[in-house]
Amino acid sequence: MSARPIIALEGVTKRFGPTLAAHEVSLSVDEGEFFALLGPSGCGKTTLLRLLAGFEHPDAGRILIDGQDMSGVPPNKRPVNMVFQSYAVFPHMSVAENVAFGLKVDRVPAPERRRRVEEALALVKLEDLGARRPHQLSGGQKQRVALARALVKRPRVLLLDEPLSALDAKLREAMRGELAQLQRTVGVTFLFVTHDQEEALAMATRCAVMNEGSLEQVAAPRDLYERPASRFVADFIGQVNLFAGRLTRAADGGLSFVSPEISALIRVAAREAVGEGPAWMAVRPEEIDLAIGRAPVGATAGGVRLGGTVARISFLGSHSALEVLVGVRSLRVLRANRAGEGPGVGDEVWLSWRPEAAWILYR
Amino acid sequence: MTRRSTPGALDYLARAPLRLWLLATAVFLYAPLLTLILFSFNDSRRNIIWRGFTLKYYRLALTDSDLVAALGNSLTIALISTLMSLVLGALTALALWRFRFPGKTALEGALALPIVVPEICMGVAMLVFFSKVVPWPTEAPWPFNLGAIIISHISFSFSFVAVIVRARLQSFDPDLEAAARDLGAGTGRVFTSVLAPHMAPGLIAGALLAFTLSLDDFVITFFTSGPDTTTFPVKVYSMVRFSVSPEVNAASTLLMGLTVAVAAVAVWLGGARATSVALAGEGHGP
Repeated sequence: MSARPIIALEGVTKRFGPTLAAHEVSLSVDEGEFFALLGPSGCGKTTLLRLLAGFEHPDAGRILIDGQDMSGVPPNKRPVNMVFQSYAVFPHMSVAENVAFGLKVDRVPAPERRRRVEEALALVKLEDLGARRPHQLSGGQKQRVALARALVKRPRVLLLDEPLSALDAKLREAMRGELAQLQRTVGVTFLFVTHDQEEALAMATRCAVMNEGSLEQVAAPRDLYERPASRFVADFIGQVNLFAGRLTRAADGGLSFVSPEISALIRVAAREAVGEGPAWMAVRPEEIDLAIGRAPVGATAGGVRLGGTVARISFLGSHSALEVLVGVRSLRVLRANRAGEGPGVGDEVWLSWRPEAAWILYR
Repeated sequence: MTRRSTPGALDYLARAPLRLWLLATAVFLYAPLLTLILFSFNDSRRNIIWRGFTLKYYRLALTDSDLVAALGNSLTIALISTLMSLVLGALTALALWRFRFPGKTALEGALALPIVVPEICMGVAMLVFFSKVVPWPTEAPWPFNLGAIIISHISFSFSFVAVIVRARLQSFDPDLEAAARDLGAGTGRVFTSVLAPHMAPGLIAGALLAFTLSLDDFVITFFTSGPDTTTFPVKVYSMVRFSVSPEVNAASTLLMGLTVAVAAVAVWLGGARATSVALAGEGHGP
C-alpha cells in the first residue's frame, strides 16, 4: 500500500487583480508531516493556506485533500481546520463553549461533546480554564483555545497561519517545542505558514520556500540550509555570502569559479554534475575560517585563500559577526568567541573555507 | 506660609469656581424638570404657589380617558415602530457592510437624510403623502388607524438604527466569521452565533433611541395624527394650549419616569455587554 499524499496541489494559480498570489504551484504533503510554508510577507503563502481552507478558489489547477477534489467544496465541508493568526476566539463564548462550537455545529451528542472538549482542553493544558471568558486570557492562552477548538474536530489537516507571530519572544521559543510535541501526540498533519525562517527550520519536518507566488524549493530544513536550490533560498534561509561569476573547466578537468568580485580563482568540489557558464557561489558565514595575519604564500588543498581587513565586528555573545573587506567586496564571517582572543577592527586577516562548504547556484 | 500645590487633572473639580460652574450647569439642565415634578404634587389649580402635597392630579390624569388613550397610542406606536425599524435598520446596515452594489453610496447618503432633514419638513411631507398619495384609512379599527403615524416614525428612526448598527459592524473581525465557517457553520449559523452577538450592543442602543424618539416625537406626529389618533405629546400640547394644569404636570412626570425606566433597562442590559466587550479590548458599546 503506497502512502497517498494528504494534500496535493496541482498547478494551482490564483490572481488578485494584477498580482499573482500563486503561480502554478504543485505540492504534495504526506500524512503526519509537520510542513512549513515559508516566505517573505506578500509571497502568497497565506493565500495558499486560504485556498486549502476554502476561503479562496483557485483560478486554475486542482486541490486535493485526502484524495478528494476540493473544487466547489465550501470551507464548512472540508476535512481541514485552521488556527488563525488573530486566533479569532469568539469573544462572547467561554473557553469551553469556543472549543465545543464545532462539535455543536456537527450535532455531536452532549455527553460525547463534553468528553471531547475536556480531552482537547487537556491536550493544550487549559483543563482548568474552561469557564473563562476570552478577555480574561493571555495571548498564549488564546492561541491554545484556537488550537483546541480546531483539533477537537479531528481534522485530516490542521492549517496554522503564522501561529507564533503574535506571541512575545520568550513564549514563542517555548511554543515551538510544544507545537512540535503536540503534533507528534495527535499525529495530525500540520501545515503552517510563517515568514520566520528560524521557526520553520526548528519545527518543520519539511519546508516549502515561496517567492512571489512560486515555489522555490521544497526540502527538509537541513537540506534547505545546506543545499539551497536558488540564490533566493540561500539568502532567505540564514545568511550567505554570494559571489557572481563564471564556472570554467581547468586544464586538469576540475571546475574553477572565477569571480570579478574577488580576485581569486576558486577551486570547486564537483559535488553535482555542473557545466561551464554564469553562476553564483555561496558560502555561509560560519563556514569561513578566519586567521589573523597575512595570508601565507602557496596553495592549499582547496585553493581558497583570501586576504582582507576587518571592517566591523558585532559581538553576539557566543559568536561574533565580522565584516571583512576583501578587495571591494565585504564578506560576512561568523566566528566562535574564545575568552581573551580575536581580531580587532582594522586588523589584517585571511579567510579560507573547505571546498565542500561552498556551493554553486544557477539561479 | 504654605503654597497650595498645582492640582492634578482630576483635582480641577475640587476648585471652587469650577464647582460653581458645575452646579450652575446642573441647575440650568435639571431645575425645569424638578419644578415640573414638584408642581405635579402641588395641591393648587395654579402653578405658582405651593399649597401642600397631593396625588389628586395623578388620579385625574389617569382617569382622563382621552389622556390614557393617547398614552396607549403612543406606547403602541413606539413599540411597533421600534421593532420594525430594528429589523429594517439592522438589515440595511448588514447590506451596506457586507455587499457592494450599484447605488450603494446613494443609499448611504439617503440613510442620513431623515436624520438631517428638519422635522417640520418631514412632517409636511408625511401630511401630503398620507392625504394625497396614499390616503390612510383613519376609520380603520385600532391599532390599524395608527398606521400612518407608525410608518412616519419608522421612516426616521430606522435611519438611526442603521447608522448605529453599521458603526458597530465596522469593528467586527472578519476572521471570526471565517473561523465559524471553518468549524463547520453554515451562513445561518454564522449569523446567529457570531454576527448577531457582535451586533447586540448596537441593536440595544438603536432600539432605545428608536423607542424614545417615537415616544416623544411631536412635530411629525402632529401632521400625521387625526382626531382619533392623538398621541401623548400631541394631547399634552392641546391641553397646554388652554392652561398648564397640574394634570399636565402629572402626566408629563409619568412619561418622564417611563422614558428614564426604559433607558435604565437598556443601559443595564447593554452595560453588561459593553463592559465585557470593552474588556476584551475591542469595539464600542452603546
